[in-house]
Amino acid sequence: MGTAAAVRESFQTENLSIFYGTYEAVKGISLPFAQNTVTALIGPSGCGKSTFLRSLNRMNDDISGSTTKGSIWIDGVDINASGTDVIKLRQKIGMVWQKPNPFYKSIYDNIAFGPKYHGIKNKKELDQIVESSLRRAALWDEVKDRLKDSALALSGGQQQRLCIARALSVNPQILLLDEPASALDPVSTGKVEELIKELKEELRIVIVTHNMQQAARISDFTAYFYLGSLVEYDKTEKIFSNPDNQMTQEYIMGRFG
Amino acid sequence: MSVKPKKTKLEKHHIEDFIGRSYMSLCVLLLIVIIVSMVYFVASKGLANFFSGRVSLSEFFGGTKWAPDADTPSYGALPFISGSFLVTLLAALIASPLSICAALFMTEIVPSWGKKLLQPVIELLSGIPSVVYGFVGLSVIVPFLRDTFPGQGIGVAAGALVLSVMILPTITSVAADALAALPQNLKESSFALGATRWQTISRVILPTTFPAIMTGVVLGMARAFGEALAVQMVIGNAPFVPKSLFESASTLTSVITLGMGNTTMGSTHNNALWSMALVLMLMTFLFVLVVRMLERRNKI
Repeated sequence: MGTAAAVRESFQTENLSIFYGTYEAVKGISLPFAQNTVTALIGPSGCGKSTFLRSLNRMNDDISGSTTKGSIWIDGVDINASGTDVIKLRQKIGMVWQKPNPFYKSIYDNIAFGPKYHGIKNKKELDQIVESSLRRAALWDEVKDRLKDSALALSGGQQQRLCIARALSVNPQILLLDEPASALDPVSTGKVEELIKELKEELRIVIVTHNMQQAARISDFTAYFYLGSLVEYDKTEKIFSNPDNQMTQEYIMGRFG
Repeated sequence: MSVKPKKTKLEKHHIEDFIGRSYMSLCVLLLIVIIVSMVYFVASKGLANFFSGRVSLSEFFGGTKWAPDADTPSYGALPFISGSFLVTLLAALIASPLSICAALFMTEIVPSWGKKLLQPVIELLSGIPSVVYGFVGLSVIVPFLRDTFPGQGIGVAAGALVLSVMILPTITSVAADALAALPQNLKESSFALGATRWQTISRVILPTTFPAIMTGVVLGMARAFGEALAVQMVIGNAPFVPKSLFESASTLTSVITLGMGNTTMGSTHNNALWSMALVLMLMTFLFVLVVRMLERRNKI
């Protein structure tokens, strides 16, 4: 694991452990996330990768009985320390879930929702945020004529891109994606993957995925988790062509997990 | 080599299946017969006065004078209809905010122990017999109202307060179920945008569950509308359209229970009471219809 903490990135975890009660779901993981890269977290179900992802914007705070130890550094600040303004933090770190979960509102209101929280009331400004967010999520052309329609009328793939647009609406620096394409058909998956590649030009992305090909296609770095531990972390080409660890190789080849 | 499938023999499980199916069909049929005949019975009795011309529709629904025993009897049911609607609406207005807050408290604010604490309390509340509610209302609420406001204490306000406590569990449990059924990650995506808990509750959770919560409110209103005993004990039972919340009034249910024993079957007075029963029944149907519509909207 020597590579992990070698260079201090502006966003990285250090010895991050997450407990559910006394059970240690994530065991002392240090991972860097470089600017303008996609980092894929892979591993069999229950290996702690989703838990790890959720802890990065303190989503686990809301689960009773969970405690997090260690540090999450963003620009030299440990956001895992008590006293962190979690509300502010979450504007910096957006998140998208496995199942598309638009609010039961119009397309427009879904996007304008976050900015409105943060005090933007000017209609023109909101219009602009809605348009730019939808454009960045490559959804604008498909929905620009029906912004007032219910978001639930969109297809699954469109809904997921809407959720990405919604996450982008508050201008995060980091985007966390929890299996964002696993509930989508191949065409929609392709669109979401394309989108991820484009978005990494502006921010850094951490993605949990069960799809090996997807990890290989879109990520720059890959971290293989097993039973709450980080088994191997390296450049994606290295992990997928010549991993150091036997277990990683077997998992990637589909022989295990 | 193909063998023609033999006609299946009648085996034990076929017979079991047949018996089970017939038994169930019979039960359902019986249920339908009971409901239909009840509706028919109430309707035939309730409409008798109007068909025979002894009471006109306008007199019944528009008349404010209820004097069945007078020399020239009059059968205006408006006091009772308005009384019923008034106590029901007031009870819903009082109980809804309390119930919704209670439901939010146990599902959103402190899901760890809120539910454990409040669930049994709510079940207990819904299990208390209505006569006990009425009795408590008569000995606690009525004296309180009498000392605080002008009037005798008995009246619409007392009835609405008693009813609001009675429908509290209905609304709370329906609302709590609706809140608990909300997809977890809908809340999370609001939090992930940097929303506070209050913003999430007021702008995501409540709007999303609104139709389901309204279902609870309407169910509560249906219960309030049909409740007889507890209201009758505290409302005073004066046959007048209430002009003040602290004046004695009547509801459809209370006038039926009070009058039923003193009339003879088939008399105009008796049939007028049946007309009120019919109004009650139709209102209940309406409540059920509204609930159905809300549920359909809820699915989107």
